[in-house]
Amino acid sequence: MGKTLFDKIWDSHVVSEIEGGPSVVYIDRHLVHEVTSPQAFAGIEKRGVPVFRPQNTVATPDHNVPTIDQHLPIKDALSKFQVDKLTENCERHGVDLYGLNHPYQGIVHVIGPQLGLTQPGMTIVCGDSHTSTHGAFGAVAFGIGTSEVEMVLATQCIMQPKPKKMRITVDGELGKGVTAKDIVLYIISKVTAGGGTGYFVEFAGSAIRGLSMEGRMTVCNMSIEMGARGGHIAPDETTFEYIKGRERAPQGEEFDKAVAKWKELKTDDDAVFDKEIVFDAADIEPMITYGTNPGMGAKIVSNIPSLTDIEDSEKASFEKSMNYMGFNAGDQLVGKPVDYVFVGSCTNGRIEDLREVAGFVKGKKKAENITAWIVPGSKQVEKMAQDEGIVEVLEEAGFKLRQPGCSACLAMNDDKIPEGKYAVSTSNRNFEGRQGPGSRTLLASPLTAAAVAVSGKIIDPRELL
Amino acid sequence: MAIDKFISFESSAVPLAIENVDTDQIIPARFLKATTRDGFGENLFRDWRFDKNNEPIKDFVLNDDTYTGKILVAGKNFGSGSSREHAAWAVHDYGFKVVVSSFFADIFRGNSLNNGLLPVQVSEEFLVKVFAEIDKDPNAQFKVDLENQQFTIVATGESTGFEISSYKKECLLNGFDDIDYLISIKDKIEAFEEARA
Ligand code: SF4
Repeated sequence: MGKTLFDKIWDSHVVSEIEGGPSVVYIDRHLVHEVTSPQAFAGIEKRGVPVFRPQNTVATPDHNVPTIDQHLPIKDALSKFQVDKLTENCERHGVDLYGLNHPYQGIVHVIGPQLGLTQPGMTIVCGDSHTSTHGAFGAVAFGIGTSEVEMVLATQCIMQPKPKKMRITVDGELGKGVTAKDIVLYIISKVTAGGGTGYFVEFAGSAIRGLSMEGRMTVCNMSIEMGARGGHIAPDETTFEYIKGRERAPQGEEFDKAVAKWKELKTDDDAVFDKEIVFDAADIEPMITYGTNPGMGAKIVSNIPSLTDIEDSEKASFEKSMNYMGFNAGDQLVGKPVDYVFVGSCTNGRIEDLREVAGFVKGKKKAENITAWIVPGSKQVEKMAQDEGIVEVLEEAGFKLRQPGCSACLAMNDDKIPEGKYAVSTSNRNFEGRQGPGSRTLLASPLTAAAVAVSGKIIDPRELL
Repeated sequence: MAIDKFISFESSAVPLAIENVDTDQIIPARFLKATTRDGFGENLFRDWRFDKNNEPIKDFVLNDDTYTGKILVAGKNFGSGSSREHAAWAVHDYGFKVVVSSFFADIFRGNSLNNGLLPVQVSEEFLVKVFAEIDKDPNAQFKVDLENQQFTIVATGESTGFEISSYKKECLLNGFDDIDYLISIKDKIEAFEEARA
């Protein structure tokens, strides 16, 4: 029987198997940020062991950093302490750090691909669930807890049971105004927020193949939002083209050799998945979420489900969610007022996303009632936005580009959506309080977010195209 | 650095009849700024437990003295969302030794096991019975038997098995730690590196 892409990568990284237990899996690339690593560094120090393979580890601060005045010391004492701690730990243990104000600093899942650190066939982990993003390159990439961060620091390995395998195929052509974000919000709305638990997902099909690397990253990024361990896409010419020439990718002859190997990374025709789901791209339309988990999404042009559509066992949670959002079952989505628009995060904070927003708002004006935060995913994205004139286009339309970081995606810094306010956000989680205590988040694509910023309310972006 | 040995016990339970309890509810991101593992219990379910003036919200179950115990019982898909181990630390630090649900998110499950917090996954039907039992008697006792992988409603004697890998079970029972194990096989890891170079 043939092997899946996942099998090929996983099996070649198993150091040993434990009877009745997990596998010891070797990790090629370990990404580190300030929030989930201090306890792990403290752990290895207490054990008296060094970082085993510092050259396989790269760190950057992202979760906590302010998005204005980054040249000044961080005002919040606890955030500053955490960011300083990361610097100290990296210095002490010989780990590469792209610190605040470094031209490569940024959200860890944006900088990995951008620098060519993310490559097909690798195992990649980070103490962050959206490590799944790197699967877009045909890697096996997933989030780990701090104890596991410590394991990787100490031994370059983790212990994990092999997940089951699922393939999600999306075939066909996407309609006008339908983007990668809509694909993944659509998939999660069908599979549900827990439907992928226990699986590692391969995304396949012509609609997926047709996406740019940025679009593929958006899809894989949110695979965790259906509970999956991670998601990936077999590498192809689009992938190789993206990686070519990036600073930390193989260069010249080495690159050609690598590509020859990467080309073998695909699921065999006779490989079997534990679960297969097929969608038709033609069924996908611009999406938005209305509830408090990413599975609660719908076509923008539709209504929030009515109570009769909800299973009995889920009614209480659904009503709690509607209550929090200040919505009623059955409400129409289009026309609902919005207060904030957030464009950014590791889901949609890349240059392609900013280009999309700028392309849309060019010659238009931001609605008066909207506060918009546009946050690039990295210093390099910020620089490209400056060089390409995106900053001017945004400013003419009444927007401002902030400085890179996770920002309002999880509101650990000052970028918090106030209580009770509605934010259309290009990030990945609409949990209660995710964007600040009492904040109400509606997840959507950058294109939809831009349309909302211009019209001041929920709108089908296709109306303005 | 061993974790505490897990010893089987009987206790009453605290019911949280909500589905999809995500890690941002268990421990909101603004409390993740600590650089040690301690003290997260204080902020467990922070925004459900306290209002904006930091006053306890009366009808939230952790603020209700009727319910106590070392077992947290929650609706399905508990612990979804972020990989923050702080969520498992918070639940454990608050004083829970076991979380019972009909479904756990993967990363939360792994993080719990690495910290001596036992996730007990039961069927939907059994979970309904557990909630009903607590409803009837807030002091209802439950028995967690890790050796035999059994969870029992003491009053009725109804019992259900739960899954855990034999490796993880040994670790919990003996207080072993994965990191010690990995460090002990460093030779093997180096040999693996050489073989693929
Ligand atoms: S942008 Fe959001 S989801 Fe991505 S790493 Fe930062 S906090 Fe996590």
